[in-house]
Amino acid sequence: MAQSPSSSVFAPWDDPTKKPLIRFEGVTKRFGDFTAVDNLDLHIYEREFFALLGPSGCGKTTIMRILAGFDPPSEGTVWLDDVNIAPVPPNKRPVNMMFQSYALFPHLSVYDNIAFGLKRSPMPKSEIDGRVQEMLRLTRLEKFARRKPHQISGGQRQRVALARSLAKAPKLLLLDEPLGALDKKLRNDTQFELMDIQEKTGTTFVIVTHDQEEAMTVASRVAVMDNGKLMQVATPDRIYEAPNSVYVADFIGDVNIIEGNLRPQEPGKVLIDWTEGEAPIRAEANGGLTEGTRVSYAVRPEKIAVSAERPDDRANVVQGKIIDIAYLGNISTYHVQLPSGHMISAQMTNSRRIERRDFTWEDTVWLSWTDTAGIVLTQ
Amino acid sequence: MNFRRFLLVLVPYGWLLALFLVPFLIVLKIALSDTALSIPPYTPTLDLSAGWAGIKDFFGALDFENFVFLTQDDLYWKAYLSSLKIALISTLVTLVVGYPIAYGMARAPQEWRPTLMMLVILPFWTSFLIRVYSWMGILSQEGFLNQFLQWAGLTSEPLIILNTNWAVYIGIVYTYLPFMILPIYATLEKLDVSLLEAAEDLGCSRTEAFWLITAPLSRSGVIAGCFLVFIPAIGEFVIPSILGGSRTLMIGKVLWEEFFSNRDWPVASAVAVILLLILVIPIILFQRNEQRQRELEQ
Repeated sequence: MAQSPSSSVFAPWDDPTKKPLIRFEGVTKRFGDFTAVDNLDLHIYEREFFALLGPSGCGKTTIMRILAGFDPPSEGTVWLDDVNIAPVPPNKRPVNMMFQSYALFPHLSVYDNIAFGLKRSPMPKSEIDGRVQEMLRLTRLEKFARRKPHQISGGQRQRVALARSLAKAPKLLLLDEPLGALDKKLRNDTQFELMDIQEKTGTTFVIVTHDQEEAMTVASRVAVMDNGKLMQVATPDRIYEAPNSVYVADFIGDVNIIEGNLRPQEPGKVLIDWTEGEAPIRAEANGGLTEGTRVSYAVRPEKIAVSAERPDDRANVVQGKIIDIAYLGNISTYHVQLPSGHMISAQMTNSRRIERRDFTWEDTVWLSWTDTAGIVLTQ
Repeated sequence: MNFRRFLLVLVPYGWLLALFLVPFLIVLKIALSDTALSIPPYTPTLDLSAGWAGIKDFFGALDFENFVFLTQDDLYWKAYLSSLKIALISTLVTLVVGYPIAYGMARAPQEWRPTLMMLVILPFWTSFLIRVYSWMGILSQEGFLNQFLQWAGLTSEPLIILNTNWAVYIGIVYTYLPFMILPIYATLEKLDVSLLEAAEDLGCSRTEAFWLITAPLSRSGVIAGCFLVFIPAIGEFVIPSILGGSRTLMIGKVLWEEFFSNRDWPVASAVAVILLLILVIPIILFQRNEQRQRELEQ
C-alpha cells in the first residue's frame, strides 16, 4: 500500500462513511465450559475478501458457522445488512458456504449439484439452466456436467463446490479451508482463480484458513485469531510489517524476537538494551513508552543482511558464527549464533550459484539491519 | 500363483456345489418322482446294478406330474400368494418401524451407539423359539397386552390377536426387525452430516433435506434390509404355525404338512422347488443392487 490513498484503492475499512455488510457486536459462543469465540467485535465490508487465520481450535470455524446459521451465538448480535440474523434459519439466509469436505451430493451429477440451490429458490425453472451453465463456464467445468462427484478429480470437486455455493448469488460466501485438500501446486493456481472469481462476481468472501501464505495471498484483510479472540485485523502487508503483538509476528512468517529493556531517545527513536557486550538495538517506536519497559523487538530474517566485512552504514551491526544454512533454492536462511548465545536468522537471496556461495558453516559473519527494519512490541 | 487362485475359487464353489447344488438336485429329483408306500416314500430309485437299462428306466419314470398337480389344486397358489402378501406387508411394516430406529441410532451421540447396537442385537442371544412362544403369552386373550388394554380402559372386550394374521405380522416384524435396522444404520452412520448442512445452506428445510439427501443415500441400506426381511419371511414356518391360526395360509406351513402329515415327499419337493424359484428372483435383484453399490463406491 505504497500508493497514496485514492478512490481506486479498495479500502472501505478506512472510510468512516461506508457501512459494513456484517457487524459482529460482542459475540460470544460457548460449547459447555469451552469458550470458542470470546466477545468478538468485527466489521466486514461488501466486496471484501476477508480471511480468518489462526491455529486449529482458535474459533475461526465457529465464526463461520455462526454466519452460516449452524451455531447460534451464545451472546451478542450479528448484523447482516442491518438485519439481526440470529432468528434466520440457515436455509433462509442470503449466505452460502463452501464446506471443507466440499459436501458434494454423491448421488447427484455435477450439474444437479450446482442446480440444487437454484431449484429451492424462487428462480423460474427456465432460468435455472442458464445460471447453471454460467457457473459451469465460470469454473471451467462444462465438460464434466454429467459426471458424478466421484468421477472427477479433487481440484474439479473443489470447483464444483465453489460453483454450487456461488450459484444462488449470495451476499456473502463462506469458504471453510477451501484449498486444504489440494496439493501445493494446485493450491497456488486455485488461489488466483478464487481471487479472480471473487472479483468477477463481486461477492463478499469470508475464508477460514490455517495457512498464513494462503490468507496473505487471497485476502484484502486478514484477522489473526487465537483462543477465540481477534489478535489483529489488518491488510496482509500491515499484518506482516506491523504486527501488533509477538503472537501475530510469530504466527505470520519467520521472525527473530529479541527481548530487552527500552531506553527512549529523541522523539520516535529508542534504544533497546538486550544483552551484555552488544550495542543496544536502535529502533523506531512511537511515543508513550517509558524507560525500562520490557519489550520484544521483532525483525524479519529477510531484513537482515549477512556480510563478511563490517558494514558501517547500518544502524545495527552484530557479529556471529554461522551454525546452520537452510538452502531453499531461491533463498538461503542463515542461522547465526552470537557470542551471547542468541540465535538470529537472516535470509539472503541466492543471486549466485551455490558453489560460489560466499559463506559456509562455522564462518564468522556480520549481521546488519537498519533502525526501521524491526518493530518494538510491548505484548 | 495360478494354482493358489484356483484353490481360492475352488473353496466357495465347492461349498456351493456340496451344500446347495447337490441337495437341490436331490430335491428336484424327488419332485419329479411319484409317491410310494416304501422307504424312502417315492419311486423310482436309481438302481446302478441294472446297468444302462436301469439308468434309462430311472429317467423314464421321472415326470412333471407333481408340478401340474400344484396348478390344479388352488390351495398351493393361494398359499404362495398369501405368503407373498404377508412377507410384503411385514417387510413394509418392518421398514417403517426400523428406519426411524436406525436413524435415531445413527444420530445418537457417538458414545451411545455401541450400547444401542447391543440392544438391537441382544434378542438374538435368546432362542428364537422361546421369543416366539413368549409372544403367545403377550397376545393371547388373557395375555399381557389385553390385560393392559383393559386396565387402561381402552377396550372392554379382550382383542383376539393370537391365531390370526395379525399375530403373524407382529411376530415377523418383531423377529426380523434387527435385519432391517442394521443395514440401514450402516448406511446412515456413514452419511456425512455436512451434506445435510450443505443442503440446508442451499435452501432446503430439514424435511426436504431428508427426502433429497438422506433418503436417496440410504437407499442401498433400505434395499438390503428389505431383502433380508422379505426372503426369510416368505418361507417362514415357525411364526405362522405358532402364532397364526388355522386360516393363516403360508407356503412354509403347506410344505411342512405335505412332508410330515401327508408324507407326500414328491409334492412337498415340488412346492419347495417353486418356492426356491420365487425366492431366487429377489435374491438376484438383491445381488445386482449390491454390485451396483460397489461399482458406485469405486
